Amino acid sequence: MTFMRSGSAARRTVFAVAATALSVAALTACSGGSTGGAAAGSADDIEKALEAGGEITYWSWTPSAEAQVKAFEAKYPNVKVNYVNAGTNKDEYAKLQNAIKAGSGAPDVVQIEYYAFPQFALSDSLVDLSSYGFGDLKGDYSSGTWGSVDFDGKIFGLPQDSGPMALFYNKAVFDQYGIAVPTTWDDYYAAAQKLHAADPTKYITADTGDAGFTTSMIWQAGGTPFTTSGDAGTDVKIDLQDDGSKKFADNWNRLIEGGLISDTPSWSDEWFKGLGDGSIASLVIGAWMPGVLESSVPDGAGKWAVAPIPTYDGKAVTAENGGGGQAVTKQSKNPALAAGFLKWLNNDEESLKIFAESGGFPSTTAQLSDSAFVDKASDYFGGQKINEVLTQASGEVREGWSYLPYQVYANSIFNDTVGQAYATKGDLNAGLSAWQDQLVQYGNDQGFSVNK
Amino acid sequence: MTTTAAPPPALRTPRRKRRTRIDDRGWLFVAPFAIVFTLVFLAPLAYSIYLSLFRDQLIGGNAFVGFANYVTAFNDPQFWDGLGRVAIFLVVQVPIMLLLALAAALAIDSARLHAAGFYRIVIFLPYAVPAVVAVLMWGYIYGDQFGLTRNLNDLLGGQFVQPFLPEWMLISIGNIVTWQFVGYNMLIFYSALKTIPNELYEAASIDGAGAWRTIFSIKIPAVRGAIVIATIFSIIGSFQLFNEPNILKPLAPNTISTYFTPNMYAYNLSFAGQQYNYAATIAIIMGVITAVIAYVVQLRGSRQEAR
Amino acid sequence: MTTATAPRTDTVAVTTPRRAPRLARRSPTQGKKSLVLSIVMGLYLLYTLVPLAWLLINATKTQPDLFTTFGLGPGNSFALFDNIAQTLTYRDGIFLRWLGNTLLYVVVGAGGATLLATLAGYGLAKYNFRGRKAVFAVVLGAIAVPGTALAVPTFLLFSQLGITNTPWAIIIPSLISPFGLYLIWVYATDAIPTELLEAARMDGAGEFRTFFTISIRLLTPGIVTVLLFAVVATWNNYFLPLIMLSDPQWYPLTVGLNQWNAQATGVAAQPIYNLVITGALLSIIPIVAAFLVLQRFWQSGLSAGSVKQ
Repeated sequence: MTFMRSGSAARRTVFAVAATALSVAALTACSGGSTGGAAAGSADDIEKALEAGGEITYWSWTPSAEAQVKAFEAKYPNVKVNYVNAGTNKDEYAKLQNAIKAGSGAPDVVQIEYYAFPQFALSDSLVDLSSYGFGDLKGDYSSGTWGSVDFDGKIFGLPQDSGPMALFYNKAVFDQYGIAVPTTWDDYYAAAQKLHAADPTKYITADTGDAGFTTSMIWQAGGTPFTTSGDAGTDVKIDLQDDGSKKFADNWNRLIEGGLISDTPSWSDEWFKGLGDGSIASLVIGAWMPGVLESSVPDGAGKWAVAPIPTYDGKAVTAENGGGGQAVTKQSKNPALAAGFLKWLNNDEESLKIFAESGGFPSTTAQLSDSAFVDKASDYFGGQKINEVLTQASGEVREGWSYLPYQVYANSIFNDTVGQAYATKGDLNAGLSAWQDQLVQYGNDQGFSVNK
Repeated sequence: MTTTAAPPPALRTPRRKRRTRIDDRGWLFVAPFAIVFTLVFLAPLAYSIYLSLFRDQLIGGNAFVGFANYVTAFNDPQFWDGLGRVAIFLVVQVPIMLLLALAAALAIDSARLHAAGFYRIVIFLPYAVPAVVAVLMWGYIYGDQFGLTRNLNDLLGGQFVQPFLPEWMLISIGNIVTWQFVGYNMLIFYSALKTIPNELYEAASIDGAGAWRTIFSIKIPAVRGAIVIATIFSIIGSFQLFNEPNILKPLAPNTISTYFTPNMYAYNLSFAGQQYNYAATIAIIMGVITAVIAYVVQLRGSRQEAR
Repeated sequence: MTTATAPRTDTVAVTTPRRAPRLARRSPTQGKKSLVLSIVMGLYLLYTLVPLAWLLINATKTQPDLFTTFGLGPGNSFALFDNIAQTLTYRDGIFLRWLGNTLLYVVVGAGGATLLATLAGYGLAKYNFRGRKAVFAVVLGAIAVPGTALAVPTFLLFSQLGITNTPWAIIIPSLISPFGLYLIWVYATDAIPTELLEAARMDGAGEFRTFFTISIRLLTPGIVTVLLFAVVATWNNYFLPLIMLSDPQWYPLTVGLNQWNAQATGVAAQPIYNLVITGALLSIIPIVAAFLVLQRFWQSGLSAGSVKQ
């Protein structure tokens, strides 16, 4: 009797193993690739879908998302939106990529930053919204942001916010040491020297190597290190030593080599404290920063101001830094409804108002030219009408920039390569070359045709 | 003459058969664990091995490449960099941590400590702290602008302590790991110490053994099994070092690379680079190396016990 | 001869009763507390406590104070209760939901893990079955593979089974405690004499009956240790839930706190560091409670010695 019992136990175990093995086999047979969505519809389909109603899932980490969803549901009572905060940027992208690979689990509408759009567009996971008439919305948005969602002849999403770069500086510190607001990078360098010489505990800014910052700065300098061409968008050219890249690197080198930049890592506890006590005297960063300063750097209230970003030759030009929009995934079972929600989210006046109130910097031309917005005086910035400077910057974004179809990966190895130049106070050009080498290698390994 | 030769073999065999009788009823007890284990570990492991033989490109899809991934891994300087680093970490940190844990367990068990129970829970507490919070705490302590390190340096009058320099990084991480896991290992040793029967202590005290003699002759040999377990799991943990460098990375972005440890390398390959196949390859290689070393330790440990 | 031994028995009879109670305690050196040892251990205690003190002190500070006051010093106001209230009510009390989730995962996951490990460890220790040596070698081999690379295959597998983004995706993987298995195995080998099992078998008791009535009691300290470790491991489980779950409704505390932490950086930064710190402090308390409850079982002093007759 004991033998029979043990035998059946053994048999049960074997069966369980076999079942799992079978499921593994089935899994490998049908893994990868996304399930095809419904055929592209038209603008009318959106209206019909919103009337008919349904349920969609929306992934976003913006603070205003919850309020926007509530307002949407009030207006379209037949639609239920499951708002999910699936994590901030990298975390959300990892989940999205996993879901795409698994073929299920992706949301209907998803927030994607501008630099990551090409990556998800390439994997054919986003619905082309041009068929839903989104092309008509082009004029509603600043050219810098529209260009980030409309490329390769398709419209992959709608912009939500933008981040034209400007110079945020601690006016109290500048005044204390008699530093004039720099308008050129040479001025900036001089200011850095003056400040650090007067007080060695203070630095003009902090930078330990940030991919987003560097790419935006190269953008501003006129560089176009990442270009994609070819029918399938698989011919990639990477030149991180083109004129614009070199211009930025040479400019920034003198700051690094001179020890004029603080090595406090951005977004760390100590970084916030440094912004508060004046040891980090300025930031060259996107227009969404005021909200962060107001909520996280209370010590700086009344001390900071905004000025246009310094330039190389005196001619006003800037770049976008950060910001993103939303897209509809091909896994969506109701793309028309999802497109309808997206359109409302980033184009409807009520939604945009909610977004603006949460402190985001808008991307629509309407808001950017709205006098109430532009003329608002900010208490935190000592009563300055900061949006005048920032909306001006929005119109001065240099054209012609594009990101890599694998920018998320590229940014992840930035510190391994360019970061080493920061660590050794060496030459940024060498760091950029190292980054380029790795990116070329990766691209070719992945089947792209890079620099060939 | 024949009478003396025949009996011994006949006597010996039945006794051996009885001692090593096969009893497959053991599978009944092991089955629940085995089934879940198959689902949770063996199936993904099999899938990983499968993955390591392919290459799925962003452009061009999936293709069978045989052992090409393994060849790439053996020639990959980033992989060897990470592997070397965890090996050094292992050799230095594990002995220190286990010694501290053993000392703490002995001290608490010795009944010569005031409020031993209080020590037990406080030393264990760091293990209960979630990683996300550990980074905030240690970020503060290691901060050289506003943190404790700044205060310490001011006290010492110079930049003596710089936790995020490349030369210091492993020490800084080792410190966090030790802080977190001494309590864990201490409890393993402590519960093993608790199984020592009183009779042994009575006999020892009758023989006139003092405290130190008791420790070396009774306590430590009795926890040898626990020491072997703790060593094996610490080795596996060291080779899989991931949490601490990963959460410190934002604070030292240039010192801690994406391939700082092999586990981080596999993680970043998977989630940043979508190179699932190569990540699986790295993981399999690491698994084999770790398993071999752990097995060797286990063999040596159990051989000593059998003695 | 007998007359010579008699007086000796008398003296022994006189002295033994007084000695016996003390012998019944744990260590023969009981009562001699060492100051030196206490000081040395005290230093170690300091080392352990400083980061935790930081946690406690900073949970009393308001968000602005966190960035402006000295790390180990008090803030400008005592905001611990405010922070706690804020933590528990932020975003419609999602913290409590996360707490509930974690309790669910711990009770079912750690409880289940302890049960599975105890059963399996007992089987390995007390039964010589075919494939026995292979079992532990396979377990050790499988856990030697870094978990991060197994995460995606596990995700894909669970996705096929339709259990991603559900509690099962968290609970099922946490049912495996290889350390628990090993511990019970070693423990059972020492603490349960085979003669006892033979005796039970001869009395006609089935294997499971023997296990649940006799063996479990002998294994109690080991089971308690495994339970405690499983509780802490499940409580702190972070990586796999992060991969498996996309809906915050099912997050455990670790993933939720991490999300709050990430919200405080980057483009849409919202300053809720104070909630992260307070949340972390709150999440340690149940572990402390579990520890205090479970450590009584160690005190019972159940050891191999009590079985010997």
